[in-house]
Amino acid sequence: MKIYIENRRFDLTDPSVNLLEACLSLGFDVPYFCWHPVLRSVGACRQCAVKVFKDEADTRGRIVMSCMTAPAEGMRVSVNDDEAREFRAKVIEWLMLNHPHDCPICDEGGECHLQDVTVMAGHVRRQSRFPKRTHRNQDLGPLVNHEMNRCIQCYRCVRFYADYAGGRDVGVQGCHDGVYFGRPSPGPLESEFSGNLVEVCPTGVFTDKSLKRHYTRKWDLQTAPSVCVHCGLGCNTFPGQRYGTLRRVRTRYHREVNGYFLCDRGRYGYEFVNSPRRILQALLRQGDNALAQVSAEEAIRLAKSLLSSGKCIGLGSPRATLESNFALRTLVSPSRFFHPLAVSQHLLSGSSLSLLRRFPLASLRDVSQSTAVFLLGEDVSNTAPLLALALRQAAVRAPRLAKAALLKIPAWHEAALRTAVQEEKGPFFLAATGPTRLDDLAAAPYRAAPGDLAALGFAVAHALDPAAPAVPNLPPAAAELAERIAASLKSAAAPLIVSGPSCGSEALLHAAANVAAALGKTNPQARLCLTAPECNSVGLALLPGGNLADVLRALRDGSADTLIVLESDLYRHADAALVDEIFTAAKHVIVIDSLANATTARAELVLPAATFAESSGTLVNNEGRAQRSYAVCPPKAPVQESWRWLTALTPNVSWPRWEDILAAMAVSSGDFRDVTTLGPAADFRLVGQKIPRQPHRYSGRTAMTAHIDVREPAPAADLDTPLAFSMEGSPLNPPGPLIPRYWSPRWNSDQGVHKFQIEVAGPLQGGDPGKRIIEPSSEPAGYFAPTPPASEGDGEILFTPAWHVFGSEELSVHSPGIAELAPRPYVALGPVDAGRLGVRDGAPVTVTLAGRTLALPARILEAIPPGAAALPAALADLPFFSLPARGSVSLAAPAAPEGRP
Amino acid sequence: MLTDHDKQEIQAELARTPSRRGALIEALRVVQRRAGWVSNADVVEVAAFLGLPVSQAEDVATFYSMIFRQEVGRHVILLCDSVSCWVNRADALLTHLRSRLGIRLGQTTADGRFTLLPAACLGACDRGPVMKVDEDLHTHLTAEKIDRILESYP
Repeated sequence: MKIYIENRRFDLTDPSVNLLEACLSLGFDVPYFCWHPVLRSVGACRQCAVKVFKDEADTRGRIVMSCMTAPAEGMRVSVNDDEAREFRAKVIEWLMLNHPHDCPICDEGGECHLQDVTVMAGHVRRQSRFPKRTHRNQDLGPLVNHEMNRCIQCYRCVRFYADYAGGRDVGVQGCHDGVYFGRPSPGPLESEFSGNLVEVCPTGVFTDKSLKRHYTRKWDLQTAPSVCVHCGLGCNTFPGQRYGTLRRVRTRYHREVNGYFLCDRGRYGYEFVNSPRRILQALLRQGDNALAQVSAEEAIRLAKSLLSSGKCIGLGSPRATLESNFALRTLVSPSRFFHPLAVSQHLLSGSSLSLLRRFPLASLRDVSQSTAVFLLGEDVSNTAPLLALALRQAAVRAPRLAKAALLKIPAWHEAALRTAVQEEKGPFFLAATGPTRLDDLAAAPYRAAPGDLAALGFAVAHALDPAAPAVPNLPPAAAELAERIAASLKSAAAPLIVSGPSCGSEALLHAAANVAAALGKTNPQARLCLTAPECNSVGLALLPGGNLADVLRALRDGSADTLIVLESDLYRHADAALVDEIFTAAKHVIVIDSLANATTARAELVLPAATFAESSGTLVNNEGRAQRSYAVCPPKAPVQESWRWLTALTPNVSWPRWEDILAAMAVSSGDFRDVTTLGPAADFRLVGQKIPRQPHRYSGRTAMTAHIDVREPAPAADLDTPLAFSMEGSPLNPPGPLIPRYWSPRWNSDQGVHKFQIEVAGPLQGGDPGKRIIEPSSEPAGYFAPTPPASEGDGEILFTPAWHVFGSEELSVHSPGIAELAPRPYVALGPVDAGRLGVRDGAPVTVTLAGRTLALPARILEAIPPGAAALPAALADLPFFSLPARGSVSLAAPAAPEGRP
Repeated sequence: MLTDHDKQEIQAELARTPSRRGALIEALRVVQRRAGWVSNADVVEVAAFLGLPVSQAEDVATFYSMIFRQEVGRHVILLCDSVSCWVNRADALLTHLRSRLGIRLGQTTADGRFTLLPAACLGACDRGPVMKVDEDLHTHLTAEKIDRILESYP
């Protein structure tokens, strides 16, 4: 389709966009507020007015809202037309009538879309002499700050929070000039996506409360392209640093992964980097059992002597980079490389990887575009939040597509589609052990124990393909549901099965595999999506090794005497008794980590590891996508990347630069052959220059360290990457994987991301970051046999893990905001068992499980099936349990709560 | 507290709408018909009864000016201040009403008998000036007529 803008001819490759999107993609700066690349058009703000002319002879034209106009063949458009410009200047003047003149004290200042548009639209002088309307603000909890006086009523917040993310506690109250965006009453925002309000709001109504405590303007932040370390999805981020501390995290767009959004754990979990628990020096255990500081050289000498027996085994980490795990494996040799996982978790990790190798996998974008969903067992809102957000889009998308086709509504016309579709949802089947925050998407969520969920999955596979094994003795209700699910998945163009290891059931993974295999036989568009527990769980699984029970065996049979633990707290991964036995059996324990924890407390020698903020490395996400995360700031010696500590201990290995270890990895295994090409090489330059991590307006550089030395130090060198710890460098847009922030002339806010995309919401210029390193095998997948649920322990109640987005992840709980939102330990019962035991909500109960007795308050949740109970998983205040397991609950509470050793 | 009668009425309304959200306005009106106004607690209860988020109920309950969110008098006077009534001297009637009742717009008389509110249009422009007291429309108003009308609302 050809259109003319300012009398220049353009060929639109995709005519399904609206005129605003077309103009932005072609590089024309059309100001806007209410349109958003994902939330699309509602035509509320009137800011994106342009002039459209009938034909060449038309000299008058007419003003249209570009976001509500479909481009037409031969259409002639003017953005710079005088009347259109005047119209836009008036609109911004109206929008600014009530906006406070508080930019200097506003957290949004310097990256405010309202500032950008005001300047762009040419409104410079206030004419109104009337008082501005004011509002009372709400305390929205520890993550998001509220300042309603700044609101310009674009409705983006409620469209994101309620309409897109399914949040239930933010709405728009009042009418005419008293419109108010907020909660019915003050209180913490309930949605785990609340932090996106900070980016979605075009001005300073919603701002980052964690940033407020150590505020820095965007132009003063040193930033780099990074990858989130708080779950297995690998969302892309921009952490920002100044004065030696991390200040905030913003979304880095990745079309296939997180799109334009982050969850609150990913956005606010970063403060662990600034935690007082950080290990900043090498530490050696003394005779009196206290840890004393030693120099890096001394630490390396000591470590080498501890390793000299040659009987050392290494424990890798699901939260350390591929490089660090690889370096450890090289140091100890592959046969002495182990995973820091209990037997059950290790089994799940291996099973997951084998499924990832067998089936076509869904990226988050694929997830959001699937047309029928079967979510089997995984509570994704708590284990992989952005996956939940993508699934929500899948559920609302199917009826939208149908209505759009029927009523001829363009896909960008959000206002019309919402009205047409109302509450209708697409095929979405949810089977879970307890309540989830996606329950509203499913017509009737199926609740059962993990083994029964697996049985349902096996039955669905059998209903899809009679060759798949049948499930004996399936209850009639489950059999009927399985038929319905199978029929729906079978008729869908792009069916999706989602599962994961967090229920602790291998049968569940096998059931998901059978469904994927049965679907794949007839539909090549069928996709599988599995979650991964940590940011590099899949990367670790690609480096095979035994489990913690194997470690104990090796220590006991004398084939090993020294343990080197890389970035993991073993007490979070296995029963404390097993871990204690391991530490008792090991003669020497070396731990490399960034935060003090129960495992570093057992170490003889502790080496300080750089966090993601101070190190560059590769992480493999849940779909086998290897992505590079770049250091935001250099580590402060002696802190350094774990792989550098390990390399220093390895004889005959010299990997001075990042690309040296990447090259060694690439030749070590077929899985890693692409790790050298995930981003531009270290010698990549833009017009001969490095890419600056600091914006060109970075201030105070000469003053920052003047209290130490008035001479300005040279910027730290970065030999590993094409990025520089400096404001000097190329001003040009770097290729996708190297973009350190979004900024371009006139676009100070993150809205300027389209200047880095090939087209609005399209791939990044110069290539999307990262690459899938796991490809599905072309061989037809066989079927697993249904296995009866194995239940460990005795007792009448089956305990399953309840994951919490805030609290179940190791690092983010060291952020004050996340810690505040994390639950206190509890046990959840269904109404039937609670009634039988005479337990009321909040009553203290005694839980007996795996040889332990815990005193916990009870929660009664409607969605917990009879005979089951849920125990919060991986909470800092609860010991590790291998769940599901059987135990009992009783009303009396004679024992005191037991803590972590 | 929603009464059983309220619940029956809301249930009947639910049967007539395709979505639970569609019954929200009527549910709030059911409460207002009984209690005269809709309190914060009522909004929470209505939301719970309909299975909707409180914020959705609050959004609707604060949008419509005819859903009263503060206690009102026994009788609510809505005096039109829109164009047709205004050209027919409705502003003089407002002055009259205010002095007669001793209150300003938005207030309730001390004896709790009348609440005086403005209305943008009551749909009777050809018979202005007009006002509504409770459910009754009064047209072709004069000061004397208003005095007579008020007498009929004890």
